[in-house]
Amino acid sequence: MSLARKRVHYAGRRLAQAVPIVLGIVVMNFLLLQLAPGDAADVLAGEAGSATPEYMAMLRERFGLDQPVWLQLLIYVKNILSLDLGFSFRHNMPVLELIMERLWPTLLLMGATLLLSVGVGILLGLLAAARVNTWRDTFISVLAIISYATPLFWVGLMLIVVFSLKFDWLPATGMESVAMFYEGWDRVVDIARHLVLPAITLSLFYLALYTRLMRAAMLEQYGMDYVVTARAKGVTEQRITFKHVVRNAVLPVVTMAGIQVGSLLGGSVVVESVFGWPGLGLLAFQSLFARDFNLLLGIFFLSACLVILVNLLVDLLYTFLDPRIEMK
Amino acid sequence: MADTLLDIEGLTVDLPAGADRAHAVEDVNLSLRPNEILCVVGESGSGKSVMARTVMGLLPPRLHPSAGVVRFEDKNLLEVPPAYMREVRGERISMIFQEPMTALNPLMTIGDQIDEMIETHSDLARPKRFERIVEILSDVRLPEPERIAHAYPHELSGGQRQRAMIAMALILEPAIVIADEPTTALDVTTQAQILALIKDLQAERHTGVMFITHDFGVVAEIADRVAVMQHGKVVEFAEAGEVLNRARHPYTRALIAAVPSLVPGRRDDVKIEPVVIDVRDLDKRYSSGGGLFGRKEARVVHAAKSVSFTIRRGETLGLVGESGSGKSTVARCVVRLIDADGGAVELDGTDLLVLSKREMNLYRKRIQMIFQDPFASLNPRLKVDRLIAQGPVIHGMKLEDAIERAHELLRLVGLDPRAADRYPHEFSGGQRQRIGIARALALDPEVLIADEPVSALDVSVQAQVLELLADIRKQFHLTMLFITHDLRVAAHVCDSVAVMRFGQIVEYGSTEELFTNPRHPYTRELLNAVPGKEWDIPDFVHAAGADDD
Repeated sequence: MSLARKRVHYAGRRLAQAVPIVLGIVVMNFLLLQLAPGDAADVLAGEAGSATPEYMAMLRERFGLDQPVWLQLLIYVKNILSLDLGFSFRHNMPVLELIMERLWPTLLLMGATLLLSVGVGILLGLLAAARVNTWRDTFISVLAIISYATPLFWVGLMLIVVFSLKFDWLPATGMESVAMFYEGWDRVVDIARHLVLPAITLSLFYLALYTRLMRAAMLEQYGMDYVVTARAKGVTEQRITFKHVVRNAVLPVVTMAGIQVGSLLGGSVVVESVFGWPGLGLLAFQSLFARDFNLLLGIFFLSACLVILVNLLVDLLYTFLDPRIEMK
Repeated sequence: MADTLLDIEGLTVDLPAGADRAHAVEDVNLSLRPNEILCVVGESGSGKSVMARTVMGLLPPRLHPSAGVVRFEDKNLLEVPPAYMREVRGERISMIFQEPMTALNPLMTIGDQIDEMIETHSDLARPKRFERIVEILSDVRLPEPERIAHAYPHELSGGQRQRAMIAMALILEPAIVIADEPTTALDVTTQAQILALIKDLQAERHTGVMFITHDFGVVAEIADRVAVMQHGKVVEFAEAGEVLNRARHPYTRALIAAVPSLVPGRRDDVKIEPVVIDVRDLDKRYSSGGGLFGRKEARVVHAAKSVSFTIRRGETLGLVGESGSGKSTVARCVVRLIDADGGAVELDGTDLLVLSKREMNLYRKRIQMIFQDPFASLNPRLKVDRLIAQGPVIHGMKLEDAIERAHELLRLVGLDPRAADRYPHEFSGGQRQRIGIARALALDPEVLIADEPVSALDVSVQAQVLELLADIRKQFHLTMLFITHDLRVAAHVCDSVAVMRFGQIVEYGSTEELFTNPRHPYTRELLNAVPGKEWDIPDFVHAAGADDD
């Protein structure tokens, strides 16, 4: 079987295996949310100021909240299987539509963050390792440790204070300047300017992690026998670094990046709230307090699918990078 | 001399401050002629590898040559600029390493790695280069050279990888090839093939080969001249026949005396003793793949296929085979470190394989094991006396008594009892193996299973440990299962030998019978592959004794 066909087979099998996993996650999320006190009827009644018990019972009946839990679960799973994520009473919109609307800002933020942390992390690690134990190495390492140890939300707030409020270089909140009605390139530039601060905030921790990981991996690989072999061939140090060492050293970083994607969604809840970024994280945060469980479950479901998909992509990427990986 | 390729004069390489001696290499004088194989022999730490790497300019940054000249093509290689040295490396002097798995980049194909060599030193076009790569791969007798050129290192066997390394070293037809223990990591039959290949190609191309090794058998097989190194100095440097048969320096003599002879020694007759271990139809399979959802066929490796043998009291049975033959699996099944799939292992008539875990614990102390790697098999966080006392304490002895016993055992295995208060990493390999033996003896076992106990040791240390094992065996009347890949060691130690291949015993008989009259073709192949088999090891010990008196 050719390698390409092997990959397709592998991807197909992995996706098939993902179905029961996602269903398990759906069931678990549903049951976990049942543990939270109060329901949508309570919240609506609370916001209205007062409500009669009859009105609340009617609300519950309308949302199907008066059914026993197992029946609610069964109906929900059945709906999920037909890709019907339900209706958000809060936003008066189907959940799927709502999520899709918020998905692309989150993907944009995630993509930018991933690119920034992996790209810059690898670069800094490489620079540090190439001149190990010089001032450059020390400087990079100290920087990495500081960003490593600083809490996410604090970094976000400080960036806003310095770059938005003090210098007024970059916008502090939102994804675009809605009032300006930019079109075409202007809009792209506007969104990119809005993207800078949240992306930096979200990527800083992993950027530091990759810098350290890449530096350590490079130094480890420099000590390997094949490097001596390459030197014995008369290959220049520069070529040894780029043709031999970097390719080997990048493998652990890729593994870590796969793990990062999962936690990015979690991190985006904080960052989107701080920066008012209209993504899934902010939506999840709001729907939790509104007891909008349908919406929350939908977001969870989509996040699970996203993480599984990205993991598969990372594994496939790995088979391109490392010929030793077997696709079983 | 005009016909000298490489001249090393007064070479000294300093070790960093705080090392156990001042120089890694001290005042070494050597010369390499065209069309010869110069073997540099020495034990670990003798400085032979450092010397070779100094020639290549590949010393680790902590080491610096402090004196001497390495003359090659009218230049002193210690003083040339790095760019010049890079041109010499690969094109004029190339190198073959010990471990072909780690010496090749795992992410590049064999072809690309050889190609890098040509690309660095010439401006041939790519198709032309590929042509030459395929040509050299077939020269080193690799099957399907084009497929190999596109293969990754992990897709080849150890022998094939080493052939590819050799191809890489030879492709630019260098004047000198430096081979640093190129066959040490290989099985004996593969080693024989690689040695023959190196010798053939060297003769064909009139290359000067500097061959670093610790194995006098290998020296006897291929050397034209021999240099013996000890503590960084060359103690003897002469024609091969001279060194092998009429060595003058006491260190050379001691090294040669430590090489076990292939002729089995006289053994006591054990035929009348009762059978202690009776292994019948032992079966063990390993399977991989399959998985929860995978519909793929699981791969099954039959590591032991109806293996049967008996060992009588006081007898030593050698289990001989190459890597992957299943000999270690059998040993581990016998002590139930892993569970066999079928068959019986009887100790004094009790089948161990059907015992429950608790019942087995009563038998565990009767069978003890000595492991190959003296570095990895001792818990680094326990002091030596605790390490040895651990077994008896688990079996109910009081700690003070067990510690006292540990001190006795340390004396027995030839270590100072003061060693008891130290950690394993403070000892040398041979000393650690002695600790391992003491640990095994602490439970007063009747049966010892020794899994390659001397393979990781230098030849002189190996001789001492083998002697210790022989003493202990006699003193405690121990029964022993001795696993080894080294036929010389087997001839020296074992009363009877079972030869394993692909999980099966292909020949089983008394050592004398098997070595003088091998019946199975594989046994013959193994015996033929032993390096230096035609070399009669001179009896320096007795000769030296006569001289001294």
